[in-house]
Amino acid sequence: MLEIRRLKKSYGDAHAIGDLTFTIGEREFVCVVGPSGCGKTTLLKCMSGLLAPTAGEVVLDGTLVTRPPDEMALVFQEYSRSLMPWMSVRKNVALPLRHRSKAERAKLVDEAVEAVGLTRFMDRYPWQLSGGMQQRVAIARALAYQPQILLMDEPFASVDAQTRADLEDLILEVRERYDVTIVFVTHDIDESVYLSDRIVVLTPSPTTVKEILDVELPRPRDQVETKELPEFARLRAHVYRLIKREEARVAQ
Amino acid sequence: MKRLGAVLEVVVPLALLALWAAWSANSDTFYYPPLTKILETFNETWVFERVGSDVVPSLLRLAAGYAVAVVIAIGVGIPLGLNATARRAAAPIVEFLRAIPPPALLPLAIVVVGVGNSMKVLIIAFVCLWPILLNTIDGIRGIDPTLNETTRVYGVRGLTRLRLVTLPAAAPQIFAGMRTSLSLAVIMMVISEMVASTNGIGFFVLQSQRSFAIPEMWSGIVLLGILGYLLNLLFTGVERRVLAWHRGAHS
Repeated sequence: MLEIRRLKKSYGDAHAIGDLTFTIGEREFVCVVGPSGCGKTTLLKCMSGLLAPTAGEVVLDGTLVTRPPDEMALVFQEYSRSLMPWMSVRKNVALPLRHRSKAERAKLVDEAVEAVGLTRFMDRYPWQLSGGMQQRVAIARALAYQPQILLMDEPFASVDAQTRADLEDLILEVRERYDVTIVFVTHDIDESVYLSDRIVVLTPSPTTVKEILDVELPRPRDQVETKELPEFARLRAHVYRLIKREEARVAQ
Repeated sequence: MKRLGAVLEVVVPLALLALWAAWSANSDTFYYPPLTKILETFNETWVFERVGSDVVPSLLRLAAGYAVAVVIAIGVGIPLGLNATARRAAAPIVEFLRAIPPPALLPLAIVVVGVGNSMKVLIIAFVCLWPILLNTIDGIRGIDPTLNETTRVYGVRGLTRLRLVTLPAAAPQIFAGMRTSLSLAVIMMVISEMVASTNGIGFFVLQSQRSFAIPEMWSGIVLLGILGYLLNLLFTGVERRVLAWHRGAHS
């Protein structure tokens, strides 16, 4: 569905992304992990068409991505900066739906806000909500947009551990409900194993693909049971070693 | 503490007024009439004898000049804020024009548009333009890149984006510019009426001084102070309503 082919991105002489090739299949949940500062955000911006790559291409369903496609939504890490503080939850979620009819818009907004469990807070403003709730609003906005593919840039990096676990389960739930392909960038190894069907492990900058692993853990996943499985521990250790080894190699 | 503050806000000005009244009560200096005399004259002059002849024309000029400035400044500020090339091209002109002390333009304005209302409106508008323009440009330039990326990803474009995202995001700064301009507008209203006019509060103050009607002159000055105070109060009220989200988000 989404193909990244020989993608390169440099800023002057600095090569942020060396050479990346991987493919994301229909309805897949793919996590992209890598050591901090390995150009994950840059990669996501190239994938979403916000940033033009220096070389290579991103292709969505056979069409070259040169600007953000209509079939794609993006959830940013900084929820407080990507929501409009002058708009209520309802209006924030409805913002990308201006071209829809009024009835359709209302239906999409109601459904999406209900899916993230914020119906009671429909008319609140983002700054009246906690961080985790604000990120839910951002997720609702992405869902209401009805994308075929949802990109998420370390979306749970700035919330506390308990909220984080809740949001992880929420995203698994809405994924079923909205039948959407998800590309989830994170630096949290546990999170990547817990959520995904496949993990793309990156090397430090200039970034290349270190390894792509299949995650064959049973679904639905459970914060306790899934994480107790030997397979979970094995995958987690494997990804951990890959990343640590890369970091050590760079440090030398 | 909060109540003490509120009490002080009322008590201190009243005490100062009382002090002024006591100090000036037995004044026989021609230029410093007793406060009671000034208030008496104020009552005779402004309630509501000269409201139609002087206060209304003054306020209309002020409102017209200010409104013209707001519309032009925001209208020009938007493209300049959005476009770096346009901004660089316009910068020298903007910096030059705003460096001119506005009263220096009065003689020119009189020659070009005469001594009527349009001259005063023009002068007020010219002066008020700059703070609003510069703040609009800065406000739009300073919009968080994440916000712009959000609108791009979600296909929010054109006028919808301008109306729902760009302008609200820049509004706190635009309002800061408008506040500065409001006091400038009062100043330029008075100056333009002192230079060439047959009515208006500024005209009245100068005319009273020239005809040695000193209590009248004082009453005009007091009125200007009150008007400035009320205008600021009105402005704050509007700002509070429009930018309620901003105070909420930053508290």
